[in-house]
Amino acid sequence: MKVLVTVKRVIDYNVKVRVKPDNTDVDLKNVKMAVNPFCEIAVEEAVRLKEAGKATEVVVVSMGAQNAQEQLRTALAMGADRAILVQSDEVLESLTVAKVLAKIVEEEQPGLVIMGKQSIDTDNNQTGQMLAALTGMSQGTFISGLEVSDNEAQVVREIDGGLQTLAVKLPAVLTVDLRLNEPRYASLPNIMKAKKKPLETKTPADYGVTVKAHTRLLKVEPPAERQAGIKVASVAELVEKLKNEAKVI
Amino acid sequence: MAILLIAEHDNAALKSATLSTVTAATQIGGDIDLLIVGSGCSAVADSAASVPGIRKVLVADHAAYDHEIAENVAALIKEIAGEYSHILSPATTNGKNFMPRVAALLDVGQISEIISVESADTFQRPIYAGNAVATVQSLDDVKVITVRGTSFDPAATEGGSASVETLEQVSDTGLSRLVSEELAQSDRPELTTAKVIVAGGRGMGDKAHFEMLDTLADKLGAAVGATRAAVDAGFVANDYQIGQTGKVVAPELYIGVGLSGAIQHLAGMKDSKVIVAINKDEDAPIFQVADYGLVADLFDAVPELEKSL
Repeated sequence: MKVLVTVKRVIDYNVKVRVKPDNTDVDLKNVKMAVNPFCEIAVEEAVRLKEAGKATEVVVVSMGAQNAQEQLRTALAMGADRAILVQSDEVLESLTVAKVLAKIVEEEQPGLVIMGKQSIDTDNNQTGQMLAALTGMSQGTFISGLEVSDNEAQVVREIDGGLQTLAVKLPAVLTVDLRLNEPRYASLPNIMKAKKKPLETKTPADYGVTVKAHTRLLKVEPPAERQAGIKVASVAELVEKLKNEAKVI
Repeated sequence: MAILLIAEHDNAALKSATLSTVTAATQIGGDIDLLIVGSGCSAVADSAASVPGIRKVLVADHAAYDHEIAENVAALIKEIAGEYSHILSPATTNGKNFMPRVAALLDVGQISEIISVESADTFQRPIYAGNAVATVQSLDDVKVITVRGTSFDPAATEGGSASVETLEQVSDTGLSRLVSEELAQSDRPELTTAKVIVAGGRGMGDKAHFEMLDTLADKLGAAVGATRAAVDAGFVANDYQIGQTGKVVAPELYIGVGLSGAIQHLAGMKDSKVIVAINKDEDAPIFQVADYGLVADLFDAVPELEKSL
């Protein structure tokens, strides 16, 4: 079984983003970029499936500007076998990404597509579900557990009320949550080896997909800032303030 | 203009997140039809019909929709999407699961987790863990939207008189089936609607010490929440997690104990009305958003606080 896995180049999760002074977008100039943390977990899971003998090949896909190659190399260093970069300098919305992925699925015929449940930049949480819809595949979203058998996968999903276990028919699209695994750090020899692994560059047009805007970004603003309050010296003072000043207890 | 709103419910009543979504729909304007989909969910229809502002309650009650299996629910919504200009759902894990599938089936985008309605096609939503707010205009004919419950007041539950219609068609894709469900049992209020929340982080040390917060919460009639670090460490279950990728809360009073205030956690709680932080590290970022900060060892402060309530 082939596993297709996706990675997105996003702002490093430790960096606090700033809004541009003209409110057109956030400012990503000279900001540290990294693999979206959820995508890293997806890659790790795919590589573990290969190590367990359940997957035969791990193909990693990214979409965006040319420098997304860096994130593909990271995935290759973690253990993916080959990479596809669908290069575009346009804004690729989730549905467009899902349409390109659907074409790649058609070509590659993976048994599983593993993706992050959301990217920490746009926080949309939708591309995996959209890909599942376009390909008619089953979907297991927000998963924190996975067991693959011949024609189905059992997934543990993190839901509002607790945990849910579903059996989804293969091929399936899975989107991963934080607690599925702890991604490995790529070793130096593996980073060197990754440089020699195949990386193919394509465009959305190669897959017959036209980049279409479904939304227009009108404005980006910083959120209302919360002012820091006061420090209290003791529990007694805290209780007094909560009772008499804030009147919340 | 007509809006189809997919209800979040527990087979007995509408969840509060649905009522907040009704408010968002009212702000968009137009007739609002409420879809109740599930298995054994017909009982929800009566109470749903009395929510003011609803034109019609649609009920799809069938085993195929048990636990709102996304593939089947999305197929049903696509079937009935017809003339609706907007399709809305609360941004719960159910809504987040099936709504993007609906959008793709309709060949439109989805606008996720809106926090305000600017006009019928323009909405605000947080991006980058809430460190920026985007104003987004939809260019699609059908607008598929999920709504953040804490950003809209819940609609009233009495006074309306919607008609109730049963949907006969069944969309069963046979792609997924439920194996089991492990739901948290608690007598405490639900995290997303609680008026008071006590939340703990890695500083709680271990599972046994985290339970200290239960006693404090019970004194306050509060829900208990946690940071990702505390959940990852196994102190509590995943449904406690507050943050960018967990639950978003906005209680009257939020007491954060032994948590530093990582941006991912702040994304889920900074709209709380009053924030209290108890942490021994006076440089912890949580103090920058706290109304009342107490620099103290939590193992002294929490028992003392509990006693003085």
